[in-house]
Amino acid sequence: MEITNDAIDKLAHLARLEFNGADKESIKQDLTQITAFCEKLNEIDTTGVEPLIYMSTETNILRDDIIVEEITHAEALKNAPKKDSDYFRVPKFLDK
Amino acid sequence: MEESIYDKYEPVIGLEVHSQLLTNSKAFCSDPIEYGALPNTQVGVISLGHPGTLPFHNKAAVDLSIKMGLACNCHIREVNHYARKNYFYADLPKGYQITQDKTPICFDGFIDITTKDGVTKRIGIERIHMEEDSGKSMHDQDVFDSLIDYNRAGTPLMEIVTHPDFRTGEEAYAYISLIRQMVRYLDISDGNMEEGSLRCDANISVRIKGVEKFGTKVEVKNMNSMRNVQRAIDFEIKRQIDLIEAGETIISDTRTFDAQKNLTISMRSKEAANDYRYFPEPDLPPLMVGRDWVARIKEQMPELPAQLAARLIEEYNITAYDAQVITELKETAYYFLEICKHTNNYKSAANWLMGAVKNYMNQQAVELKDFPLKAAQLAEIIKLIDDGKLSNSAASQVLFPAFCNKPESNAAALAQELNLIQESDEGSIKPMVEAVLAAWPDKIMEYKAGKKNLMGLFVGEVMKRSQGKADPKLTNKLLMELLDN
Repeated sequence: MEITNDAIDKLAHLARLEFNGADKESIKQDLTQITAFCEKLNEIDTTGVEPLIYMSTETNILRDDIIVEEITHAEALKNAPKKDSDYFRVPKFLDK
Repeated sequence: MEESIYDKYEPVIGLEVHSQLLTNSKAFCSDPIEYGALPNTQVGVISLGHPGTLPFHNKAAVDLSIKMGLACNCHIREVNHYARKNYFYADLPKGYQITQDKTPICFDGFIDITTKDGVTKRIGIERIHMEEDSGKSMHDQDVFDSLIDYNRAGTPLMEIVTHPDFRTGEEAYAYISLIRQMVRYLDISDGNMEEGSLRCDANISVRIKGVEKFGTKVEVKNMNSMRNVQRAIDFEIKRQIDLIEAGETIISDTRTFDAQKNLTISMRSKEAANDYRYFPEPDLPPLMVGRDWVARIKEQMPELPAQLAARLIEEYNITAYDAQVITELKETAYYFLEICKHTNNYKSAANWLMGAVKNYMNQQAVELKDFPLKAAQLAEIIKLIDDGKLSNSAASQVLFPAFCNKPESNAAALAQELNLIQESDEGSIKPMVEAVLAAWPDKIMEYKAGKKNLMGLFVGEVMKRSQGKADPKLTNKLLMELLDN
């Protein structure tokens, strides 16, 4: 599969990343290689094979509806790059 | 003719309703859920999306979703997978929402709505799936930053998706009312649209009548009341028809409803359309819902409003209108049933509930749970009336308000105290009747000559003498006996 500049732009946008110049060429080559590697799988006939989603055979790992408060308000905010005493703060992402 | 332009078109509307689920803890972790708590106090490492954490699904969220599915006549899926819906937004800490993509837990159901002119219509339910809510962002508190509160992040949701079966805003209104009533009856959600525990999005298109192909679909969000759902849809239908009639094309976009201005506004930014890149959520093993699980939920299902209304008509012999009013809220319906445990006068129970009790609640601006009288106490009043000890007017105008202020009392004692008990023994009424007749010999002649409506005068005179306490039925009977002899 050919990775076009448009595809790079779209993926970069979805991942909120930016690629320009040499970086863009480099990621393009990487992605081309990765997709080529995955395309190898297309050589196998998988008709009638159930998709494998899980590596374990476990099912129904559920929890009862019980409240456990694991961390405090202060701990919750502790690692935030920007915060005030109540809130996480992020660059404004919607101007209304 | 201006009007006929709109008549040429057929609107096609499908609804997506998100409902928060009334669990104690979140969908995939054990944080508490409480509306209005201080910001970022109901969070944990899982809901904040810290690396290395693993989600565990709350069993109660599954139970409630199955309950709604059964109420909507859905099939319940045996093998369920979870999926990740990927997008970047600051109120979604993990960068993806856990949802169900290809395997909604409930599918292929229906519910019957009734519009206000009494027409019933079947609405197909395509699917109900489980997912989690996002946090909340505030953009207007600060000049440079948006503020994020993650308390809501991870709150369990179910999303109910209909087939595009609606043709008018009014049908959508009837549907959302019914959904709200159902989630409240089933204790699935508090159904509060203003607080956002119930949210509705609409997919709207129009096509020329008779054309099979759907028109271009527009999504409308942010309709935070039932009335606004109807208004937004009606506006959007008209907007689309006007555009087409003006020779323009409908752009498939997402619009928000501005309730103040009563119009929809495009939310579309210059960004590329969303691409959610769904893929299976590997952190959650599959969920198997066996028949025994479904059977257990079925057993716990209370009566739904429609079933209950039918039963009230059938077993309690009240009118369809009364049944509908009484079952509108679960609390009222259950209160009615409770009164009926203490009295056989069901009609009177219904009248009291829809009359005096409702007035009291309106005047005091309280809900039934804060109404001071127990159902049994209301039945006491009904019994006093039925036994002829209390007149209807004394009961509703004097005893009822006094009882509401003194609910620790009982109806009979209070009526006695207020001097409301009617004379209902012959021995005390008969002398008064005789005295009245003795005072009006000429009226007796007229009565006997055929002026039967003079009976009212005699009864009134007896009432006067008894200070309103003579049992009117008994008074009537005694008067008749004496007059007709």
